[in-house]
Amino acid sequence: MIDLLRIMEEAFSMRKLLGLTVLGLLMSVSIVNAAEKVVVVTTFPKEMTDAFAAAFAVSNQDYELEVLNKGTSAAVQFIQETAGNNTTDLMWVSAPDAFEVLMANGLLESVDINTEGIPDKIGTYPINGPDGYYYGFAASGYGIMWNTRYLEANNLEPAREWEDLAKPEYYGHVGMSSPSRSGTTHLTVETLLQGAGWDKGWADWKWIAGNMNTVTERSFGVPDGVNSGNIGLGVVIDFFAFTSRASGFPIDFAYPSVTAVVPANIGVLKNAPNPEGAKAFIEFLLSPEGQQVLFDPAIMRLPVNPAAYANAPDGIPNPFEGDEVKASVNFDADQSKQRYNVVNSLFDVMITYRLNELREAVRAVQLAEIAHADTDNAEAKALIAEARALIEATPVSEEESLSPAFAAIFQQSTEGEVVEGRQAELERQWDAMVVENYAEAKSLAQKAASL
Amino acid sequence: MTTNSVAPARMRQWRIFSGLSGTALVGVAVTIFLLAFLILPVLKVTYVAFQDPSTGALTLHNFGDFFRSSLFRSSFVNSFYVSAMSVVVATVIALPLAYITTRFNFGGSALIQSIGFIPLIMPPFVGAIAMQLLFGRNGTVNLLLSQYLGFKIPFMEGLNGVIFVQSLHYFPFILINLSASLRNIDKAMEESAQNLGCTGFRLFRRIVFPLAMPGYIAGAALVFIKVFDDLGTPLLLNVNNMLAPQAFLRISSIGINDPMGYVISFILVAFSVFSLWASFLFMRGKDYSTVQKGDGGLTRRDLSRGEKVVAYGVIIFILLLVLSPHVGLALLAFGTIWSFSPLPDGYTLANFATVFEQSIQYVTNTLLYAGLAAGFDIILGTAIAYIVLRTGIKGRKLLDYMATAALAVPGVVLGIGYLRLFHSLDVPVIGKPLASWWVIIVIALSVRRLPYALRACMAALQQVSLSLEEAAENLGASKNRSIRRIVVPLMAGGILAGFVTSFATAAVELSATIMLVSTNDDAPLSYGIYLYMQSPSGRGAGAALGILAVVIVGLGTYLSNRIIEKDRARKAEVDLPQ
Repeated sequence: MIDLLRIMEEAFSMRKLLGLTVLGLLMSVSIVNAAEKVVVVTTFPKEMTDAFAAAFAVSNQDYELEVLNKGTSAAVQFIQETAGNNTTDLMWVSAPDAFEVLMANGLLESVDINTEGIPDKIGTYPINGPDGYYYGFAASGYGIMWNTRYLEANNLEPAREWEDLAKPEYYGHVGMSSPSRSGTTHLTVETLLQGAGWDKGWADWKWIAGNMNTVTERSFGVPDGVNSGNIGLGVVIDFFAFTSRASGFPIDFAYPSVTAVVPANIGVLKNAPNPEGAKAFIEFLLSPEGQQVLFDPAIMRLPVNPAAYANAPDGIPNPFEGDEVKASVNFDADQSKQRYNVVNSLFDVMITYRLNELREAVRAVQLAEIAHADTDNAEAKALIAEARALIEATPVSEEESLSPAFAAIFQQSTEGEVVEGRQAELERQWDAMVVENYAEAKSLAQKAASL
Repeated sequence: MTTNSVAPARMRQWRIFSGLSGTALVGVAVTIFLLAFLILPVLKVTYVAFQDPSTGALTLHNFGDFFRSSLFRSSFVNSFYVSAMSVVVATVIALPLAYITTRFNFGGSALIQSIGFIPLIMPPFVGAIAMQLLFGRNGTVNLLLSQYLGFKIPFMEGLNGVIFVQSLHYFPFILINLSASLRNIDKAMEESAQNLGCTGFRLFRRIVFPLAMPGYIAGAALVFIKVFDDLGTPLLLNVNNMLAPQAFLRISSIGINDPMGYVISFILVAFSVFSLWASFLFMRGKDYSTVQKGDGGLTRRDLSRGEKVVAYGVIIFILLLVLSPHVGLALLAFGTIWSFSPLPDGYTLANFATVFEQSIQYVTNTLLYAGLAAGFDIILGTAIAYIVLRTGIKGRKLLDYMATAALAVPGVVLGIGYLRLFHSLDVPVIGKPLASWWVIIVIALSVRRLPYALRACMAALQQVSLSLEEAAENLGASKNRSIRRIVVPLMAGGILAGFVTSFATAAVELSATIMLVSTNDDAPLSYGIYLYMQSPSGRGAGAALGILAVVIVGLGTYLSNRIIEKDRARKAEVDLPQ
């Protein structure tokens, strides 16, 4: 009996404690609510979001930016899973594909924003998404970043074009991320595929990948590896190189002539708790003062408003003028969208998951070519050509990649749609083919080298 | 041994009672908790594995695809190989540390035990970054080697790199459980063996090690399963052809309709439960408990001078190796620019200034979350261990399997499952969805770290003889009283070990928390480190935050070890007259 009383007493005091905690929570909530919160989900680093939050607070006292940082795919999943009870106002990330997925799921809200002074396109790429669903606020170009200490120690010249990265002297010195992991890397891959053509483009990527020492899981893994000196040269977005250089790393960067300049975006979510605040932040982001924040040494992105370049710091090129950034590819965004998942899956099956096999085959061909550089042994040359063709072969043709029925296998199916074939089944066939090809190419090249 | 004859009768008696007893009620409560916060969320996500991707009908096609794919088959083999080798290497590291510190009078045992534990206190992605800087192909060691000797050692390449990092990271599981077991071995056992003429390595091989088996197997099983399911390390070393990274890469691709990620997750869970079952099988029918508890473990011997030199040599070498990630992290935190050079270009305190200015809330959040989660874990762990080992409740083994299956659930899967189940569930009074209330992070942490606490509690209870409890009951103590006054105090060392393991690892968890953090004010340390590490200028600050985490959790561990040692000493004193 006494035991029971004591337990009740304890339970009661627990209650009290809980009550106090709840009271405290309520109070803290009401204090925070003084300025209305604008909740933004983003992939951008703390330095960048802090700088914008501070600048936004200065220009606008009504709202306060609350930042939620997640990786791109985690951000998309978070928004999809919480859509029924949405607590987020804005999605603010680089990759246009993330916005495409959200738009397809009906999770974005179309808003009307004043974009005066901002052109429709940068190069050939539209700056804003369709119908006001998302807006571009900064541009980024893709290129090659290298560690100057690393190259010096290894007696290497910097590579300035994609083809340079395929040269045998860079064997084991190159790194990049996978397009399925990083929307920005995806655009780099797609740009080269469009610029060089489907077959030649894939061949180029495989010869470059043969020189890689790693395919990183996060897009930031590449600049991180180059900064620390683990990788000599990396395929990255420009601002990774600019910010690394600005923080003191021995880094340099070049835009190859085949490159695309694409915008990083922001969009308002469906049923946003604070749609007015969300709009206010986008308007601030696109305003001349907001665009200036992009020149912060920890951000270093290219403004989409050409007027902003009047105050650009050294080392920031103007993609709207001059020819440092030549977006020579006529980037077809529709085509890119059509085969988005096919390209990702192909890259992973042929390169990411079989990197060791590919590297061995590519190295064997490189060594055979070096061995026969000054001879004219026809048999060896024929073997090498055969090996090259085996490495370059791609299991999917360009027509297939663009066919809607084929693409449907890789997409989240909508109600009632019937799809022939399964992704896993296809990938298994591709995998079997490339593994066999790489092994065959390796043995042919080794045979050629021994001739 | 006389207890054997009475045991069957006793057991039967309990089975009749258990239907009404408090333990059964506790069992039901634990089951409900695990169902709600582990099984349902996981099922909610993984049922996709059994669905046809286009029609949504139930099918086993996806499993067929898995076993037909050579990539998946070789991933499976690689995962198995890496896990098994990691257990071997981790044993080689942990065994000398555990043995020397528990069996000999050795200065600084508590310190070594704590330092040996420190590798666990580091988010895997941070550890891998630090290790790359030291052992990577252009890390400190290799730059020096190639400069002076003209060759490099590929420590960090491919599967061997994963084994290297994993065994350094997870060997504390073996160390902590094995040490707890060694401490609990009855001195009389060893003395009897010695009286019968058994000494040296034979004594260790035939008497000491077999008696410490529960702890060793508990630790080794943890290492095996953890490495098998670990994601962070292979991903950071960019090794893709293992199961866990394959699952993650497929689950986290945006907008792709591929059930294979979930198939792999399902297989990971199933295989982990299978390994666990295998370890039970191995232990079955063996009695490891000892009645005499007075002395708290093996006789401690003094080392001769020569032995001392060898022992210190071994320990210092091992500690240098296992602390290397922390040395790397410290250099990163205090360094300015560190790029393609053996050491940073210069040193600064600026990174710590940044952290103290901006990020103290991460520290307090982490202490709160990890403390609550670990406290909850040892309560659950003790309850489950007792129910499984000491009662006849039907399906009690299932509780253990369920709780342990949490080991194998990728954090991402659990995070998504929580969002799916609890986002539309508003918490009364707070007025927020459960999925975005900070308590959900505590729940996620305690579910994910429960297996650690559970294994420690199980091992501890296995070494407490049933007859001690029976004696208490014969003297008139109620079941609850005998649990409270006899069983739990005798398990104290193991429970504390469980608390420390859960706490320290919960403090650095990232994969589930990153899905569940809904405002930066609620974010824990590992999330803060992750945030910093996303930009070139934040690397130093992230490392500084990492050092802070290591220091805080390390201090906690050291204090707990001191308590264990003190407790042991106290028990030994009380028992002297015997």
